[in-house]
Amino acid sequence: MTAVASEVETVDLDQVELRELNRRLHEPDPPERWRVVHPGGRHAVAVGIDADVTVEIEGHVGYYCAGMNKRATVRVHGHCGVGVAENIMSGTVVVEGNASQAAGATGRGGLVVVRGDAAARCGISMKGVDIVVGGSIGHMGAFMAQRGRLVVCGDAQDGLGDSIYEARLYVRGEVAGLGADCVEKEMRPEHSEELGELLERAGVSDASPGEFRRYGSARRLYHFHRDNASSY
Amino acid sequence: MCGIVGLFSKTPEVGEHLGAHLGAMLSEMGERGPDSAGIAIYRDPVPSGHSKLCLFAAEADYDWIALHAELRGAVGSPHEPEVRASHAVFVVEADAADARRWLHDRHPELRVMSAGEVIEIYKEMGLPSQFVSRFALAELEGTHALGHTRMATESRVTTIHSHPFSTGLDLCLVHNGSLSNHNRLRIDLRRAGIEFATDNDSEVAAGFLTWRLAEGESIEEALENCIGALDGFYTFAVGTRDGFAVLRDPIGCKPAVLAETDDWVAMASEYRAIAVLPGADDAAVWEPAPGAVYSWRRELVAQ
Repeated sequence: MTAVASEVETVDLDQVELRELNRRLHEPDPPERWRVVHPGGRHAVAVGIDADVTVEIEGHVGYYCAGMNKRATVRVHGHCGVGVAENIMSGTVVVEGNASQAAGATGRGGLVVVRGDAAARCGISMKGVDIVVGGSIGHMGAFMAQRGRLVVCGDAQDGLGDSIYEARLYVRGEVAGLGADCVEKEMRPEHSEELGELLERAGVSDASPGEFRRYGSARRLYHFHRDNASSY
Repeated sequence: MCGIVGLFSKTPEVGEHLGAHLGAMLSEMGERGPDSAGIAIYRDPVPSGHSKLCLFAAEADYDWIALHAELRGAVGSPHEPEVRASHAVFVVEADAADARRWLHDRHPELRVMSAGEVIEIYKEMGLPSQFVSRFALAELEGTHALGHTRMATESRVTTIHSHPFSTGLDLCLVHNGSLSNHNRLRIDLRRAGIEFATDNDSEVAAGFLTWRLAEGESIEEALENCIGALDGFYTFAVGTRDGFAVLRDPIGCKPAVLAETDDWVAMASEYRAIAVLPGADDAAVWEPAPGAVYSWRRELVAQ
C-alpha cells in the first residue's frame, strides 16, 4: 500500500513505545512523512532509517537520535543529546537547537546541520559526512576526522582537528587552538565554491565563504616514514 | 555510569511539590544507576540554637522513640523524630557537632547522614523507583534538592557508599564519574583532619570540598580547586544551604544538562529527567561547559 503524499503519520511517544516507532520506520515502503511529538528526551529516536522519508521531531531528544541514518531527512525541533546522527550514511539530519557531544560522529555520508551550538568532539572520526554548525563547537572538534567537511559559523574550542586525516574544516570565528597535525591552509577558489554550496544546502544565509578560514592536515602524523620505523 | 538530578524552586508552588518532582526525576535516571539512590533535600529550617540530624539505622525497626528520650535528656530535643524508612530526622537543642559526638560515643550503630539546620540526606540500596516510594518523597516540601542514582564502579554497594555524601553542615555532594587519585588524596586529607567512612572515591571529593570550605573558601572557589586536585572524570553537583552548584571535568567526560524556567532551575545527567517537570517544553535548556562552575543561590535568584 502506498501512502498518499500529503498524509502525515503522527506518533506521540507518550502514547506509543519508542521501539514501535522505530520498527514502523524500518518497515518496507514506510509512509513518506512523519511527525513525532513528545519525544521527552528519549534516546535513539528515529534511528536506523533506510528510506526516503521525512521525520519532524517536535521537542528535545536524548542520545543517538537519527543514528545510522540512510536517505531520510530527520529534523529535530529542539535540542539533541550525545551523538546525534552518529554514523550517518546518507540523507540529512537537521537540529534546530543545540547538539551535545559527538554530533555526526563517525558519519560516512549525508549532511548534518546544527543551527545552534554543538558541544565537544563534534564530527569525531568523521568519514565522509558533511557537518554545518550555525553556532560554535566545543573542544576536540573533528578529532581524527578522515573525510568530509566540517563547517563552523561561530567559534571552535581548543584542539580542533587533532590527528586529522583528509577532512576539510572551515571556521568563521575564533579557533581557540589547533590539535596535533592540524594547520591553517590556503582558501583556494575550489574551497570557496564547495563552502558556498555547503552553506546553501544547509540553509545558512547569513554567512559568506569569504569570512571563513580553512584548516586541515599537515600530513606529518599519519604517514609511515621508514626513517621512523624503530619508533612504531 | 550513575545519574544526577537537582531541582531548585523559584516559586512556592514548585517548593510544595519538590519531593514529588525530584522523585519523578530520580526514577527517570534509574537506568543510569540501579544499585542505590539518595537525595539531599533542604526543608523546614530549625529555630535558632537548634540543629537537625538525619540518622540511619541498619537494623530494621530501630527504636527511634527510645533514642529520642535519651537525646532529650542529654542535649534537648523538642519533638519526636520524623521517621522515614531506615532514616529518622531529629531536631536537637544543641550544636550539631556536640550532638554528633554524643551519638558517636553512645550509639555507634547509627550513622549521621547529614547535619545542619535545613539539610536532610536519605539514601538506600535498591532501585531508585523503589527508593522514591519507600521514602515517600512525594510528601516532601522544600526549597531545593539533589538526587543521585548509583551504578557502582569503584567500591561496594551499601547504604553508606551511596550518594549524596555530606561535606559539612548543610552541605553535600553527588558525583557521576570516577576518580583515580582518591587513595593518595584520602591519606593527605586524613592528615588535615578530614574523616572518611568508606573507601569510596566520591567521598574523597566530598572530603576535599569539606577541607577547602573549612579553609575559608567559597563553594565556587572550592569547586575550582577540584579541577587541579582531582584526577579523573566527573560531574559534581553540590548542595548548599541556599542553592546548588555544578561542575564538569575539563574534558567533559560526563554529561550534564541545565534547564531554567521562571519557576525552577534543574540539572540532570540527561534531559529526559528534566522532561518530567512542569513547563519543561518551554524551559531554556543548555549544556554546562566543561571545567566551568555554575551556581544558583536563593538571594541571587530573588533579585
